[in-house]
Parts: sequence; structure tokens; C-alpha cells
Amino acid sequence: MHGSNRLGGNSLSDLLVFGRRAGAGASAYAKANPLPEISDATLAGASQRLNAPFVGNGDENPYALHQELQQTTNDLVGIIRTGSELEEAIVKLAELRVRSKNVKAAGGRNFNPGFHLSLDLDNMLLVSECIARAALQREESRGGHTRDDFPTMDSKWRQVNLICSWNGEKISTVTQKLPSLPKALFDLFDPHELEKYLTPEEMTSISGEKGGA
Amino acid sequence: MNDLKKMVKLRIWRGDSKDGALQDVEVEANEGEVVLDVIHRVQATQMSDLAVRWNCKAGKCGSCSMEINGKPRLACMTRMNTFEEGETVTVTPLRAFPVIRDLVTDVSFNYKKAMEIPAFEPPTELKAGEFRMQQVDVERSQEFRKCIECFLCQDTCHVIRDHEENKKSFAGPRFFIRMPNSICIHSTFCEIANRPPKRSMVLECATSPSAAPRSALSTFVSLTTRSFR
Repeated sequence: MHGSNRLGGNSLSDLLVFGRRAGAGASAYAKANPLPEISDATLAGASQRLNAPFVGNGDENPYALHQELQQTTNDLVGIIRTGSELEEAIVKLAELRVRSKNVKAAGGRNFNPGFHLSLDLDNMLLVSECIARAALQREESRGGHTRDDFPTMDSKWRQVNLICSWNGEKISTVTQKLPSLPKALFDLFDPHELEKYLTPEEMTSISGEKGGA
Repeated sequence: MNDLKKMVKLRIWRGDSKDGALQDVEVEANEGEVVLDVIHRVQATQMSDLAVRWNCKAGKCGSCSMEINGKPRLACMTRMNTFEEGETVTVTPLRAFPVIRDLVTDVSFNYKKAMEIPAFEPPTELKAGEFRMQQVDVERSQEFRKCIECFLCQDTCHVIRDHEENKKSFAGPRFFIRMPNSICIHSTFCEIANRPPKRSMVLECATSPSAAPRSALSTFVSLTTRSFR
């Protein structure tokens, strides 16, 4: 959606476009499907997970862990990235994930920021690791992603997205092909402008297509 | 420069809708920090469940409204160096609204009042493209959209701060700013359509039980409307 990325402006268009899609999708799904049965075991599991920061024997301060997470991603998954640092980040994030099982929250459930942070850490760690893994795999520099060890843009990487998913235990990253540039759009540009972005094979195959503008 | 860090004394109100009390803490403060930074350090090191509402840390979102030494303030915009050396800084929740916990209050009163104010709707008899605003009219209403809804003005308005019973019939000063915005658009429409404005839009918005806010409202109205008859 953002092309080569417009840092800072992404969040607004993201929330408008994907917020609408997510809302419309959730509403359509809810209308088309019966209410799911929730088992007692699921409920008990969710309740246990929510209670864990209060009842566990852990002694990790959620704020301190959050701060370490910020420092790690700032130092190793920042604006200028390198392969070795990204690998180091993945190791550190795994350590933080282990420690996050031992976060301790004090007080009650009512508007308790330490409790909320204890729960949020899971998602923060998940997103951080997804970013680090995808950044390690993408061996080029493009838009908001700059690799010191791969300083130029590589047209082959324009053809794919990296999709991260979580199966409850670990994150996997798969490469997903993007649709090629439509002929009608291709025709709007001077071919020399597009040579920077497209492979020679793409240039030949799209310009040879029928139809277009 | 090792003297950039120092210990400061805070007195923070902690409690809920039923009960609460002030608690004294000492915490480190760094050069250039604001009250919200120091509250966050208290949270991270001494009171992990201290409730405080915040978001932008830049005076734009209006979330961290509280009373600092009894004055209505945004915690993110109140610098620690504005206090005397060794002074204890007292931090309490907004008194005009019910406490949820610690420094967090329930400000939903404001959202209910906002919903009672009619939104501008273009008249049905005008077709698309017939309703036009002059740039000068667009600009006139912009001033009134600068409000960040921190509700500190609501907190200091004695009509609702000190008289809970007034909240039913009085919306508070924040809505003196909200109304002219609607009125600007409304009066523009009245000029274009050559018909009298709905006076009720002005008078029904915030019927004040005291004279002062009412006169403030009429000042706004006269400032912001050109052709009210």
C-alpha cells in the first residue's frame, strides 16, 4: 500500500484502510457464522493467562523488560541494519521472551498499567521478532528498510512480500509473490523511470502485454 | 555535568471511587523532564500499578490532564524546573469528574454533552455543489477546532466542579468553543439559502444556571456570526 514506504504517514493510511477492512470483514464473518461454542477449557486457559502476572512466582518488572526491549530493537533493528546485528537481535528477543513469562504485576485489575504492560509484552515481542526476521531475510535496501550490508535496491525483492505468522510456538516467514505491475499503469510512465524498479524480464513481459491505457 | 540528575519529592493521590489518600515518594529527575516523565519513573520503579492516562507526551492529545499543586495542568507540558528546589509537587486527579483510579478520572460527561449538540447537516433542498463556503468562512471556524479536549477548562468551571447537580443542564465552557464552530457553518448556510438561522441552535446548547457563562457564550456568538438577526 505504501510503495517503498512513507515513514510517519503510514499509520494514518494503515488505520483507515485496514481498520475499515478489518471491521467490515469481522462484521461479515459474524453475520455469516453461528456463535462459536467456547469450551470451559478455553475459558479457564484465558483466565489463567490473565491471572498469571498476579499469581506467578516471577520477579521480572514489566517496565524494566519493556525498556530492555526498546533498547534492543533501537540498537539492533533500527534505521540502519546489518545481518549480524539482526541475528543478535533475534537471540536477545528469544531471551526476553523467556523472561517475559516471569513478569510480576502488583495491585488489582482496575486501570492497572503494570498489569496491562505485562500482557502487552507478548505482542510487542512478537512484532519485534517479525520485524527482525523479515529484515534479516530481505537482503536489499528499500524505503524505510536500510541494510548496511546490502545498500542497494534489488528489483527481485520488489516482486515479493514477506509474510510472518505465529503458530502459537514460533514465527515462520514465507515469501509471497506480488501481482505484477498492470499494463495500464506501466504505460503511464517513461520506461526509463521504471527500469530502476523492475527486472529486465518484467520490463519485456509487461511492455509486450496487450491492452493497457 | 553530573548535577543533571537529582531527587525530587512528589505527593501523589492514590485511590479509587470509594477512598484514597496522598502518598509521598522520592524519585530521580533528569534535566529537562516534565511531571509526566517523573510519574512514569515512579510507576516503573516504585508503584507499578499507578494509574495515569497519557498518550502523546507533546501537549496535543489532552489525555494527561491532572491537578498539579492544585492547578489544572497537562502533566506532559509541566516542566520540573518550574518548581522550587526541594519543593514537594502534589499531583491529584481532576476534581470535576469521578475518579476511576489514582490520577485517572471518568470524563464521559463531556462525550455525552458533545452528542447533544446538533451536527451541521447541509439542507436537503440544496443539490450537490450548491452549498459552497467562502475561504474566509472556513478559516473563521478553524480557531474553534484547536481545542484538544483536555477538559481542564471544565475542571476549573465552578458551575460543574462544585455543583454536581448542574451537570444535567449545563455543558461547561468546552462547549462554548464547540458551538461557534457549528454556528460559523450554520450562519454561512443561512446567508447562502437566504433564510433565517435556527436560533435554537445557539440557545439550547448550554443553558447556564449562572449568568457568567451565559454572557461568555453570547460574546462568542456575536464574535462569530455575521448575519444573525
